[in-house]
Amino acid sequence: MLLAVLAGLIVSILYIPLGKYLRGRLAVLAALLPIGLFAYFASFIPTIQAGQHVHFHHPWVPSLGINLDFHLDGLSLLFSLLITGIGSLVFLYTASYLKGHRYLDKFYGYLCLFMASMLGVVLSDNVLLLFIFWELTSISSFFLIGFNNDDAASRKSSIIALCITMGGGFFLMVGLILMGHLSGNYSIQEMMSTNEYLKSHALYGLILLLVFIGAFTKSAQFPFHFWLPGAMRAPTPVSAYLHSATMVKAGIYLLARLQPVLGGTDYWMYPLIVVGGITMVYSAFHSIFRTDLKSILAYSTIAALGMLVFLIGIGTAESLLAASVFILVHALYKASLFLTAGVIDHETGTRDITQLSGLRKVLMPVSIAGILAALSSAGLPFTFGFIGKDLIYEATLHTAGILTAILTGLAVLTNILLLCAGFLAGIRPFTGKLPDRFHGIHLPHGLLWGAPLLLAVLGVVFGCAPFLVDGILFNPAAEAMYQSAIDSPLKIWHGFNLVLLLSGITLVVGTLLYVVRKPSAASLAAIERYNYLSPKHIIGQLARYARKISIYYTGTLHNGYLRVYLLRIIITTVLLFAIRLFMGGPIRLSIDHLSPISIYEVVVAAILIAAVYITVTASSRLTVVVATSVLGYCVCLLFVFYSAPDLAMTQFSIDTLTVVLFVLVLFRLPPFLNFANRRTRIRDGVVASAFGLMIALVAIQVLNQPIDTEVSQFYGDNAYTLAKGRNVVNVILVDFRGLDTMFEIVVLSIAAIGVVSLLKLRLKASEKE
Amino acid sequence: MELVLIILIAVLYAGGVFLLLRRSMVKLLIGITLLGNGANLLIFLLGGITKGKPPVIDSAAKLFTDIYADPIPQALILTAIVISFGIQSFAIVLLKRVYVLVNSDDLDDLNTPEEEDI
Repeated sequence: MLLAVLAGLIVSILYIPLGKYLRGRLAVLAALLPIGLFAYFASFIPTIQAGQHVHFHHPWVPSLGINLDFHLDGLSLLFSLLITGIGSLVFLYTASYLKGHRYLDKFYGYLCLFMASMLGVVLSDNVLLLFIFWELTSISSFFLIGFNNDDAASRKSSIIALCITMGGGFFLMVGLILMGHLSGNYSIQEMMSTNEYLKSHALYGLILLLVFIGAFTKSAQFPFHFWLPGAMRAPTPVSAYLHSATMVKAGIYLLARLQPVLGGTDYWMYPLIVVGGITMVYSAFHSIFRTDLKSILAYSTIAALGMLVFLIGIGTAESLLAASVFILVHALYKASLFLTAGVIDHETGTRDITQLSGLRKVLMPVSIAGILAALSSAGLPFTFGFIGKDLIYEATLHTAGILTAILTGLAVLTNILLLCAGFLAGIRPFTGKLPDRFHGIHLPHGLLWGAPLLLAVLGVVFGCAPFLVDGILFNPAAEAMYQSAIDSPLKIWHGFNLVLLLSGITLVVGTLLYVVRKPSAASLAAIERYNYLSPKHIIGQLARYARKISIYYTGTLHNGYLRVYLLRIIITTVLLFAIRLFMGGPIRLSIDHLSPISIYEVVVAAILIAAVYITVTASSRLTVVVATSVLGYCVCLLFVFYSAPDLAMTQFSIDTLTVVLFVLVLFRLPPFLNFANRRTRIRDGVVASAFGLMIALVAIQVLNQPIDTEVSQFYGDNAYTLAKGRNVVNVILVDFRGLDTMFEIVVLSIAAIGVVSLLKLRLKASEKE
Repeated sequence: MELVLIILIAVLYAGGVFLLLRRSMVKLLIGITLLGNGANLLIFLLGGITKGKPPVIDSAAKLFTDIYADPIPQALILTAIVISFGIQSFAIVLLKRVYVLVNSDDLDDLNTPEEEDI
């Protein structure tokens, strides 16, 4: 199991050295991986059908609760088969679609990475592991959307998608950690046993909010839906695979997976019904106004995702079964429609449905695929879509009270609009008169039309014979969500009842709508006038403001002037200190232990202050240097007074050297120019004084603390006995801390080398600029 | 006496900070010198000051018989003085070089944004 999940990652790494061999005819071989994985997961069908689960445990970071725990039940199996099955077809399709593309190997690498991470999402039992794979799918989606990276719009779309899904992922992470923390366990299966505690906890609402945001961003629910139409910039196989059949269903999967842990309450149910409902009606409505083939499909995908969220929100056994069926129904017909759209785009070079018509004459097998998929999406009898639609209506009809009418109404409305959108995408390009300019089109390679055709035909096969899959896939999947046995075989025919009536109404009204309404650029323009109300526009505005703020912020805080930086740092330090002082109460100075003052020291101190004053105010460079040296000698005298002869000697010699150096080097420089005006100088003076005051207060405070003399005592006691030296300071420097001193010498030597080389440096004229 | 030293330290720090905030490179360097002296005095003061008792053991004895000044702050300051000399001497020569090249002591003249280089 571990190998199965990681195989994609390993293979995607292998593409780096070996990819160049795959660009040519061998590209078809890339599909071996998903096909093999499909067979592997299919081998679990009997186990799952018998009601057993497969569990795999491997410790990874046990101390953080992150383990490689994989759990395969009905729900995971349904998704795994979907991922590897559609993956196989998409891999094959790509071999022809991007034939000879110079980055074909990279493309396969990203696809493998995606497939592995998506499998990881649906198989992980550990929520943290799930989160890691979740983020990996976002990353691979980012690379695939931006695959045509020389196109600016493509890059922008990929960044929007990344921001939205990763932003949601952040919320999800917090939610998952909260869940794990509260239940004391990061395994989803174990969390189910503590679900009552979770649901009654005060943080339950917060957890729900966080998890919902994560799921809604990933599954493109209103108001986060707008990244998905943008993601259609990706090559069509990606749109079919990631952005309709699998990745966007990760959010659905998460909700379905957490349904037994968090679900069953009003707080779970109503947000999902409301958000799912808004999403499905909003985007189904939008889908029929689009003229771009992929845009239509994108919006109808969002609507289908909304429908799934809506069904999970209802949360009855019937609705969950309907959801699990609809996942496959939708994956089959939508992937098929996308791949059909890809062929059309590939052959005609346009995706504008106002220009496409009559293609059945040149692309016969493709048109069969498109029409069958459109019929399945419409829910015609004997297609899989019919069964899915029946289940949806049954689920909404069996809800309680007033909800029945509202929910059923919403579902019918959405289905009518979706039917129209499906016909627009799957039937319209193939019917009517073939324009002259498309006469030269030839049927492409079999891989291109084989994949959508297979998917569409499967939709019909499952529609005619649902018993092939119901016990294998859907009942176990719905059981995993509902946590109790479900045994309701799918039926083709339910008899004459309300559900059939609703299906009929959907079909008739939808078809009428399709016939009456002609897609046109004018109606698209009409609806686009309201774009300023859309979430995309609003969030885009927010992003623009954030950009403006950051530009303003950088301009004010990082203007590149050293003194401004210093000024801000000093003011902040002083303010923080002032706050601390204000909160910490008064500072006391005990005057008992102070040493007496003698006249010498007062005189030295007065000279020192005068020297500082001259240094700060003088305009002649030489005066400043002299004042600095006076200042240094005063400090030196202070050292003499207070029993530090070594310091005094060092300070004296160093000060002398510095003055000599200053005079030698800077003697010829002009006097200081006074750049600052009076106001700036006063401001700086105030800031500097405040800083000086701060240091003084700190010093007073520290003086009150007792001094620990243990270390000094050690050096004093051992200076002679161990190191045979009487001057303790010297002994410390050259003996006890000898290594430190050695490195100090090294530092000085480096400085000396620098000085000498700078002095001797003679730049050529060309290097002076 | 501690109070006098505290005032001195405050004056040195204030003067140093004021010079750091100037545009002239030489003033910046002198500001750093002032700050360094202030810091040395601060360490010296906080280590506890003792008058007339250098940390040197009498030639007759093997151990201290009297109280003595704390040797550790002194060792620290000694290191600090020497290192700051290294910095200063390098900075002075560097300043001279910069001055020769751009013919200015103004820090703002060194602010050449990268865009203008291209």
